Amino acid sequence: MLYAVFCYNSEDVTGTWTKEQDGKVMRDMAAVEKKYAEAGKLGPVARLLPTTAATTLRHGGGEPIVIDGPFAETKEQLLGFFILDCASLEEAIAFSRELGEVNPSPGAYEIRPLAIYKPSELPS
Amino acid sequence: MTDTAWIDLALVSARPQAMGALLRYFRNLDMAEEAFQEACIRALKTWPKSGPPRDPAAWLIFVGRNSGIDKVRRQARETALPPEELLSDLEDREDELADRLDGSHYRDDILRLLFVCSNPALPATQQIALALRVVSGLSVKQIARAFLVSEAAMEQRITRAKARVAAAGIPFETPDAADRAERLAAVATMIYLVFNEGYSAMNGPEGVSADLCDEAIRLSRLLLRLFPGEPEIMGLTALLLLQHSRARARFDAEGAIVLLEDQDRRLWNREMITEALAMIDKAMRHQRPGPYQVQAAIAALHARATRPELTDWEQIDLLYQTLERLQPSPVVTLNRAVAVSKREGPEAALALVEPLGDRLAGYFYYHGLRGGLLKQMGRAGEARVAFDRAIALATNGAEAAYIRMQLDHLAAEAASSALVEEKQ
Repeated sequence: MLYAVFCYNSEDVTGTWTKEQDGKVMRDMAAVEKKYAEAGKLGPVARLLPTTAATTLRHGGGEPIVIDGPFAETKEQLLGFFILDCASLEEAIAFSRELGEVNPSPGAYEIRPLAIYKPSELPS
Repeated sequence: MTDTAWIDLALVSARPQAMGALLRYFRNLDMAEEAFQEACIRALKTWPKSGPPRDPAAWLIFVGRNSGIDKVRRQARETALPPEELLSDLEDREDELADRLDGSHYRDDILRLLFVCSNPALPATQQIALALRVVSGLSVKQIARAFLVSEAAMEQRITRAKARVAAAGIPFETPDAADRAERLAAVATMIYLVFNEGYSAMNGPEGVSADLCDEAIRLSRLLLRLFPGEPEIMGLTALLLLQHSRARARFDAEGAIVLLEDQDRRLWNREMITEALAMIDKAMRHQRPGPYQVQAAIAALHARATRPELTDWEQIDLLYQTLERLQPSPVVTLNRAVAVSKREGPEAALALVEPLGDRLAGYFYYHGLRGGLLKQMGRAGEARVAFDRAIALATNGAEAAYIRMQLDHLAAEAASSALVEEKQ
């Protein structure tokens, strides 16, 4: 079974970490990752840029709206994600728009640029 | 992380929101600070035992507000003044606190807190010192170190700034859209000043100045989270990130300045650049260009060039022309001259620079750039005069050292050409 694990934390606090503190957390986490990578169990790993870099496309009911900032609703649940390599934010928005067009239920696509991306170590 | 380390982080990150709310209650910076301080002391006592509260800011506001009210009551007994007159809203019941903490207030609370530190009536140095003390919670000692002044002098500077803020009156009415825009602009300027203080003192005491840059970026992100749809705040954040991304490459091991074109670009912080480029992309969608966005776009063109010769000087020249229209200033024109010198050569750049002489006579970079252009054109004597003026205006050792190096080059060239002449 494949599992996705999402990280939630207070950005106010993590944004206050010094470079040293941040570096230590990243190294400690990398040590955990390594164990699972060596066992052939680790898929792609990503760290997102702060939510200030986020854009959200809301679709369903007329022309989709693009909003600055992260997804802020609590009535909807996280159901999936895509990772794609885009030349610009516009391209990522266009992709999300296409998804919205074929998705019959109103919802949102939160577009988050990646700070760090480590490709999958799962055996192919 | 140790107990006290996580508590410190929680206190620092909750500070703007808690201080903002306490300032609204007490309508006085000193009282708000004391109340917050008291709440922090209690947090340090209770949190290690009880664990962190789910919402540290709400906890600090609640405890700080009660301790502040207690204090006012005690003082009132001593001075026999009715306490109601000292407080804006003593009537508030605690259960109202929850209402007051939800979204609507806290955005304006933080903006107000930032804005009182950004009062344009305050000189830049006072704005920076006040913001670092009140919003960021740096100690007077830390701020004094960053400014290279004594603790007593910094204490005095902050006291004076607070007195001016109190005299100017703190705006407590809920701002309308125009007020908000005005406050945002003032706060953006203050954040930029904090960054610049750190940036220009980068070769000062180890670490302190870089901390100011980090702090300015943190404040800028905070502002952007409060106002996520403001393209100029996106531009400001991007600009600070791009400038700070070069921190490790700007000075060599001896602390001498390394010019942009000579920097080891592998030392640039890619993560900051990525974040800044994402931010510029977002800002562009609004099609409401402003000075911060344009400056960020210029910095981004440098960041995108993996080698100096790949720099798009034509685009940079055009962006500086846009900036000249948005925010006319001789310093902007001076910066454009650098782009012009790359595109069209030193003669064209010098033609742009010369008319600025009256207004920039006391500006280090004017004489530095002019000297550099004259040197490129082989006018060594005039270059030397310009460099001599620059060196007299240098504000730190690294600037002076850079100009001295230029003068040494000129002297070396003169010596070698004299040698050639002798041989002929």
